[in-house]
Amino acid sequence: MTANDPAPGGPADPAGAAGHPDHPPRVGFFTDTSVCIGCKACEVACKEWNAIPEDGLNFAATSYDNSGGLGADTWRHVAFIEQRRPLGRQHTGVARDGAGPAGEAAAVDLGMPSFERPGDGAGADGRGEFRWLMSSDVCKHCTEAACLDVCPTGALFRTEYGTVVVQEDICNGCGYCVPACPYGVIDKREDDGRVWKCTMCYDRLGAGQQPACAQACPTDSIQFGELDELRERAARRVTDLQLAGVDSARLYGEDPGDGVGGAGAFFLLLDDPEVYGLPPDPVVTTRDLPAMWRHAGTAAAVLLAGLAATFLGRRR
Amino acid sequence: MSTSDVTRQGVRGARPARDALTGSARARPDAPRRDGRAPEGGFRSYYGRPVLNRIPWAARDIAGYLFLGGLAGSSSVLAAGAELSGRPALARTMKATALGAITGSVAALVNDLGRPARFVNMLRVCKPTSPMSVGSWLLAGYGPLAGAAAATELTGRFRRPGTAATVGAALLGPAVAAYTAPLICDTAVPAWHEGYREMPFVFTGSGAAAAAGVGLLGSPPAENGPARRAAVFGAALETAALARMRRRTAAVADTHRGGRAGVLLRAAEALTATGALGAAVLGRHRWAARVSGAALVAGSACTRFGIFYAGIASAEDPRYTVVPQRERVRERAAAGLA
Repeated sequence: MTANDPAPGGPADPAGAAGHPDHPPRVGFFTDTSVCIGCKACEVACKEWNAIPEDGLNFAATSYDNSGGLGADTWRHVAFIEQRRPLGRQHTGVARDGAGPAGEAAAVDLGMPSFERPGDGAGADGRGEFRWLMSSDVCKHCTEAACLDVCPTGALFRTEYGTVVVQEDICNGCGYCVPACPYGVIDKREDDGRVWKCTMCYDRLGAGQQPACAQACPTDSIQFGELDELRERAARRVTDLQLAGVDSARLYGEDPGDGVGGAGAFFLLLDDPEVYGLPPDPVVTTRDLPAMWRHAGTAAAVLLAGLAATFLGRRR
Repeated sequence: MSTSDVTRQGVRGARPARDALTGSARARPDAPRRDGRAPEGGFRSYYGRPVLNRIPWAARDIAGYLFLGGLAGSSSVLAAGAELSGRPALARTMKATALGAITGSVAALVNDLGRPARFVNMLRVCKPTSPMSVGSWLLAGYGPLAGAAAATELTGRFRRPGTAATVGAALLGPAVAAYTAPLICDTAVPAWHEGYREMPFVFTGSGAAAAAGVGLLGSPPAENGPARRAAVFGAALETAALARMRRRTAAVADTHRGGRAGVLLRAAEALTATGALGAAVLGRHRWAARVSGAALVAGSACTRFGIFYAGIASAEDPRYTVVPQRERVRERAAAGLA
């Protein structure tokens, strides 16, 4: 057992439990997706600051999202979801025929050079209410981090800020952390052989700066700060939104009692987590590891006893 | 550009827009409230993309590692039994097999590293929370013992220390065979993690069957009695544990049925059953023993590759990640209401 291993059960103070006796307060991200405009400034700022290689010039053809998900070369990822559902009780102005206020046009003339107005080609059911959900995903910097637990070299470690970082000069590319992560965050860079993920800009934190993504976010959808303060701010924010009629607003990953002991990067979402590609109820796999060792110990004993028994009895 | 700055006194200059009540503007009193629940019986995902990242392990290396580790560990137990019970030909075969298999498994593990030259970093720390760290230390202890056992046997020198090494390898061997189950189960991969109770028994059973198979291939009928009995023991343990694992978990049952995993696991069942039956009934006949032995070795390899591919399939389909977790959330909500 090294000093980097967090205590089982989710320490309230992960940096202290990891052997940083005199450490700064734990920091994190609160990503408020209700004000995200999907500009991807965070993706770009992250790439620029951390000098991350190009992650494939793909065209996903499903949405404005062409980076798809987090990976070795994508440490911030903006999800795009279009839904036939209103955002809260907002009126979009393109209601189905007969559903909107009297006199409102069913299709809207935007004055754009085209042969027909947007919405003309669709039937009444094809128009109507819709919303776009946009959310900037990132490493959760879990209180109980599976990647950190399973790393056999100690390359992954807990920083004094309570974040989880890979030491690239130690990682030998075993890849164990990749299937261990319940969120699909950390990933192996094929041509490099090592694993990579968000460091919460460890270098910037040391200089008293906020991470590049939070710095670049034009709407403060990505908010960086002390985790305790962010949790209070998020609780107020979700209450405000729900009182204003956005009853789909909920927090994700803010609860220290959840399956990863609370995420260091948590979110305000407007739909179920799985809609954004997030697991609805992730549990760190190492919670079951003591039971796994017990079963493996029994199985080893059964194997030894069973094979020894084959030598018993008369010789035939 | 964000106007806010992090100072020692906290964030300064935050934009007031972060408090915008998006979605509440022009609120329409008649608009229905929607709670965005998933459609009944289905599950939702982000464009059908997997939640987990692609497992970066090569099948040949890692499934091969699981197979060879089980073969080596079980072979060492049979080797010690054969030596102590006076079956020199069986002992010789099993010691050579243990050394060959453990060498091959370490080679596969190193080959699968992104930075093979940094293999020794595995011994930089000792972490019980990482089955791969525990396994590295196990191999570091077991490998030299298996090597010494085989070297003294094949050269005929240092027989007494050789016997001590043989017994030492036999005591560590079952741990080498069993630890690979926590290795793959200690992940978020549904078909591996959810089977963590039974997986060690599947793996030790499969390892015993493989070692028995090599014993049947490489020893005369006069000495192969333990191998015949080990074949039945290993096959029965593996089959029973697999059946129980499939009964208990949908992700396991589904992924063991379809795709490449399904083909491999059906082949494994047929080969293992045939091999065990052949060993039990016809094992005293030289050629029948060899055919049965080959079937058992092939069956064990198919089991490991099948389980490996089942894990890959369960990670690639968001269904196996989302549905059980959503079910947990629902149960908690129901318990909270009750």
